Amino acid sequence: MDLTFSAAERAFEQEVRDFIAANLPAEMKHAQSLTPSVFSDPDIGIAWQKALHAKGWGAPGWPAEYGGPNWTPAQRWIFEAECARAGVPNVNVMGVKMVGPVIIGFGSAEQKNFYLPRIRSGEDYWCQGYSEPGSGSDLASLKTRAVRDGDDYIINGTKIWTTHAHHANRMFALVRTNETERQQDGISFILIDMKSPGITTRPILTIGGDHEVNQVFFDDVRVPVANRVGEEGKGWTYGKYLLEFERGAGIASAKLREALKTVSDLAESEATGHAIDDPDISLRLSEIEVDIDTLEMTELRVLSALQTGQNPGAVSSLLKLRNSEIRQAVTRLGVDVIGHDGLYVEPMRPFYKLNEEPGIPEEMLPVVPEYLNSRAYTIFGGSSEIQRDIIAKMVLGL
Amino acid sequence: MDLTLSDEQRLLRESAERFVAGTYNAEHRRRMASEPHGFSAGLWKQFADLGWLALPISEAHGGLGGGAVEIGILMEAFGRGLVAEPYLSTVVIGAALIAERGSEAQRQALLPKVADGSLYLAFAHSERAARFELAEVATSARKTAEGWRLDGRKTAVLDGTAAGQVIVSARVVGDNGAAGKLCLFLVPADATGLTKRDFPRLGGGRACNLELRDVRLPADALLGDGSDALPAIEAVVDRAMAALGAEAVGIMQTLLDQTLEYTKIRKQFGRPLSANQVIRHRLADMAMNCDEARSMALRAALMVDAEPVARGRAASGAKAKIGKCARFVAEQSVQLHGAMGVTEELDIGSYFKRLLAFDTLFGGSAHHYRRHAALGGRSVQA
Repeated sequence: MDLTFSAAERAFEQEVRDFIAANLPAEMKHAQSLTPSVFSDPDIGIAWQKALHAKGWGAPGWPAEYGGPNWTPAQRWIFEAECARAGVPNVNVMGVKMVGPVIIGFGSAEQKNFYLPRIRSGEDYWCQGYSEPGSGSDLASLKTRAVRDGDDYIINGTKIWTTHAHHANRMFALVRTNETERQQDGISFILIDMKSPGITTRPILTIGGDHEVNQVFFDDVRVPVANRVGEEGKGWTYGKYLLEFERGAGIASAKLREALKTVSDLAESEATGHAIDDPDISLRLSEIEVDIDTLEMTELRVLSALQTGQNPGAVSSLLKLRNSEIRQAVTRLGVDVIGHDGLYVEPMRPFYKLNEEPGIPEEMLPVVPEYLNSRAYTIFGGSSEIQRDIIAKMVLGL
Repeated sequence: MDLTLSDEQRLLRESAERFVAGTYNAEHRRRMASEPHGFSAGLWKQFADLGWLALPISEAHGGLGGGAVEIGILMEAFGRGLVAEPYLSTVVIGAALIAERGSEAQRQALLPKVADGSLYLAFAHSERAARFELAEVATSARKTAEGWRLDGRKTAVLDGTAAGQVIVSARVVGDNGAAGKLCLFLVPADATGLTKRDFPRLGGGRACNLELRDVRLPADALLGDGSDALPAIEAVVDRAMAALGAEAVGIMQTLLDQTLEYTKIRKQFGRPLSANQVIRHRLADMAMNCDEARSMALRAALMVDAEPVARGRAASGAKAKIGKCARFVAEQSVQLHGAMGVTEELDIGSYFKRLLAFDTLFGGSAHHYRRHAALGGRSVQA
């Protein structure tokens, strides 16, 4: 056993560092540091995706035949860790990490040829149509209908919590194509052009003050049958496959470490009156750091199993649960660290394009919104309660 | 980067698990409780034959040159059976202190005896006033014409009565009465002036409190060259905490397995306990805590040879985190067994108590979060 990376992997790490140093403009890094939402705004997110694409790194997890860089699991881990350390914008995971693998796994040749290059390059911007007002954790009860009409489906219904639907030009969605005895069997996975007539989008503001999510309405929207991925009625299988990517991207510890460092830097600063000198703050920093060490070690165990061709087992739920809980602990500590400055509300967005000097040090602006936004971590992608159900079933065999 | 077991490691795990499963059970533990040393000398001999006692000892001293990961594999298996043999005291701590601090003559004299099973060791370090601070030692060592004179009191010396040699830490006091360096001394079991108050230990095995009153030792009782032994003590205790963490993982996994089984069998309101979501989620949390403990025990083992700050933070982080995880798993195991969980009629209580002992040894979670913060350069006192 060995906890260190090989010389070749270290060289790759340096290559990633050099690439980031040469391609991440200071303004972009600054903008990301002032972004409190889960997703980066497209002005920086797409710009970074394009830079990665130009290097051939637009789709790290994809097989080489679809334009992936053919990295080992260790290289992917190093890449994600270096990106987190450097504070690069979050690229839209809906494309590269979510719909991409589904199209690769189950899409037709035409779909692969058309969509995959556009995802890699950042030309297409995707959103996810899963949840509905009546179907949250019980996703399989979804009611948005797709009725066959010649070579089209006609879609009616509504999707909710659709992150960046107001920016996206495409949506992948689970729709009901059949009323079957088992709800799951009547669901299909479909790719929708967001400019199709009959689609309207309503913004939903969340408690952090950000506009990330939306409700999307479908009113007799025509979508070609050719836009269905795989077989009719198999959408649930494809959707679950995708959710595993959403939960267990597997490399969350590096981002958490960076977030904790931001809080720790604030705590050491003059601006917070050296909050670090408060033993409670100091000990909570240790407690969270140890939790991140634990998560990282679990990620590395999974990585190691993948490297040697073993199946790591159903750990994606565990990783998702702990990642979300630690995220909340970090952001909550941030709120305590900035003290009274947490009372200041800045309603304008984004924080990196304000017209006036804010009333608190700029680096404190995202702290409270980040905490408020982080409450969603234990809800999206399958709530913590659903994850515990999954662990009881899959890991414990209950 | 490779965290998978090698073939040799897998074999070690299989043979240890098989041995423990075939030997240790509640009946065995009851018998051992009335043994004077709380464990079986016959089994210890088998440990020697299996090569377990020689495992971490260098090849030059009759050992196999194994590392902390192999120790962890054994300790995890030991945890599954609540093994009471003095592996921690003799091999993980005692032999390591001799290897780290001893002169070549001392190593040659003692380590082969550990490897062949003919010598038990104990480490007498903790003192009441020090709580868990390793640097705080009031026991004194004074230079005499023939060698040394030791005076002081030590608490919770694991396997101190079984030990043929007790490694005692003491502060060397100069002629002017000023306290100097921390040193280690080899004190034979029958030394005059050494009194032991032996007692059964929480969770199995035995321990004792020691009093040293005018204990006279020859000059070569000093382990090593008389330089400050604190760095070596810290290194060895960090190793011991990694090993104990692995043992805790074995204990926790056993508690989880038994509790899972029980909730499937036990029926109330016409259905198994495990049909209730509140129970299922509790079990899911227990499984997660077990897995996290496993990650941290392995991490601490893989970092025992890192530079002292990184090693210490990994060891303290693991001790703190595993302590929290262990408490949760132990308490929930009792809770989910209902009233039966608090009786001596089930094994659950024995495993529970062993985890409580684990949490206490070398300091609990609060102490180790403080050490973790302090090693990270942060203030931990208001």
